[in-house]
Amino acid sequence: MSSVHIRDVRKSFGNFEVLHGVTIPIEDGQFVVLVGPSGCGKSTLLRMLAGLENITSGTISIGERVVNNVQPKERDIAMVFQNYALYPHMTVADNMGFSLKLRSAGSDEINKRVKRAAEILALTPLLDRYPRQLSGGQRQRVAMGRAIVRDPQVFLFDEPLSNLDAKLRVAMRTEIKELHQRLKTTTVYVTHDQIEAMTMADKIVVMHDGIVEQMGTPLELYDKPENQFVAGFIGSPAMNFLKGHVRSNGVATFEGPNGVKLPLKSAPTASDGKPAVYGVRPEHFTIADDGAEAEIVVVEPTGSETQVFAKLGGEQVVAVFRERHQFNPGDKVRLKPDPSLVHLFDEGTGKRLNA
Amino acid sequence: MADVVIASQAKPQFREASAWDQLKHNRNWLGFWFMLPAMAFLIFFLAYPLGLGIWLSFTDTRIGRVGQFIGTENYEWLWDDAIFWLSVFNTLLYTFVASALKFAIGLYLALLLNENMPFKAMLRAMVLIPFIVPTVLSALAFWWIFDSQFSIISWSLKHLGLISQNINFLGDTTWARICVIFANIWRGVPFVAITLLAGLQTVSPSLYEAATLDGATRWQNFRYITYPLLTPIIAVVMTFSVLFTFTDFQLIWAMTRGGPVNATHLMATLSYQRAIIAGQLGEGAAISSAMIPFLLAAIMVSWFGLQRRKWQQGENND
Repeated sequence: MSSVHIRDVRKSFGNFEVLHGVTIPIEDGQFVVLVGPSGCGKSTLLRMLAGLENITSGTISIGERVVNNVQPKERDIAMVFQNYALYPHMTVADNMGFSLKLRSAGSDEINKRVKRAAEILALTPLLDRYPRQLSGGQRQRVAMGRAIVRDPQVFLFDEPLSNLDAKLRVAMRTEIKELHQRLKTTTVYVTHDQIEAMTMADKIVVMHDGIVEQMGTPLELYDKPENQFVAGFIGSPAMNFLKGHVRSNGVATFEGPNGVKLPLKSAPTASDGKPAVYGVRPEHFTIADDGAEAEIVVVEPTGSETQVFAKLGGEQVVAVFRERHQFNPGDKVRLKPDPSLVHLFDEGTGKRLNA
Repeated sequence: MADVVIASQAKPQFREASAWDQLKHNRNWLGFWFMLPAMAFLIFFLAYPLGLGIWLSFTDTRIGRVGQFIGTENYEWLWDDAIFWLSVFNTLLYTFVASALKFAIGLYLALLLNENMPFKAMLRAMVLIPFIVPTVLSALAFWWIFDSQFSIISWSLKHLGLISQNINFLGDTTWARICVIFANIWRGVPFVAITLLAGLQTVSPSLYEAATLDGATRWQNFRYITYPLLTPIIAVVMTFSVLFTFTDFQLIWAMTRGGPVNATHLMATLSYQRAIIAGQLGEGAAISSAMIPFLLAAIMVSWFGLQRRKWQQGENND
């Protein structure tokens, strides 16, 4: 196990810079998830950490050692690929033991370690099969087994669950998290799925267009997104954004689209009339007599909760209720955001304005 | 009135399906009809000539004279024929050496062309050139290159001061064998290289990345990933290569006509010489038919080579 430090790392392909100076400290034993939309540079960063891509500038260190010019095999890392990259001509046991064989470990040693990893992942009955004879979830576990056998300093996962069906993905998510709790190996996990990030990570790094937008624990990111991008990316359904102006004369309020009045706990200093974006999560709406009037467009019950799409001041917003209200399209309701849970962002820069 | 109308509609005219209807609509017969054109081609242009050739080998047919069945006399005659045995030796030598070198060079070229390098597309196209030039044309070019008086090789070596006399490329038995094998390799390498290149491109790059992270060197990448994944393609391409080389005729006939002193006579050229030039159709057919066991053996080797790889099959049993 080892800490990892990524310091001001940049990456260019030709003249095109895809990473613009990324700094991420990763503590020993931490489970860090790099999350962001496609093309944000998260996979490139992971491949640089693995040594599959050159580092244009900046440094990456594993433990105390700067690994910029260290060969992948000397870095003592193991990676699980999106398509698993299992060797099709080798049995499960051979796949898992391949790295040990290359390091000329004795066959007793190889057998022992493969057997141990197979027990951890419940792969023992499958050791003699070929990858073709396995299901998606089994292949996924073999790919992890191949990483475990090596007992590396750092595990790297590159979107490992994106080829699985929804149900299996949820199961494997738990399995990977459990594995990490058991082995406590430093893990860097790349995904574009914010739910995976939220559920698995000790620390989430939200990336966008080659920069780090924010990093922190899942709940920090959920409760206090530093900017509008993170606010919109974390959470499902996504946060509602309403453009308007802050009114801080007397009681602080927010004047939304078409003059709709929305509550604020307190206004940022010297902000009267300042154009801003008002962010409220769907689950932070309540029905209250002093709420803003909205017209219901669509109601989507899922059983445990109900998603309600409504027009608020002419803008469509989504609200989620755990109570079972009797709503019909066209009904008028009064939606009230919880003022202590709303977010205020600068309209130009997208930076968070309220504390 | 109404009753009558309903009654006539309710009773459509059924008739027993005739044999002809069955031939038109039965799935198995339908399949047969669709196979018929292909079968006709195979029978007329493949099975019939092969059968006729084998039949001829049991007769004493000559050009201009219908032969009689003489049993295995042609084969007995060939058994004691030193030239026939020389041609068998030549064919085996030619096939073995040329195929082995074609494989080595083809694999090397394929690996090279699979790397990222400038002008990749153009280089790949250039590799195909020997393959697209008509065989006889390239054989004629080689005939000039290896000419005893005007050989460009002899000329160059002489001007470099390395030799004082022209090399008698196609007149010396050893040189002649080397020359025809060289020409065959030159012609056959593109087929092997391009086919293996196609095979290489089906190997997922992430396998190499995974192996690199597992600690594999470039050689180990080839030894443990590339080569085993390529074996099915190698089996197919080498079967074809061996079959084409074993039955080669054009190159030899255009360059040496089997000479000097039968040193480059292959079974195919000897068969042609005996059957067509000398008119002994029966004996020529026997030489041709004698190639069949060798070719079958080559096919069997690759067939069993292809069978063994369990990892290719997707069966889901334990």
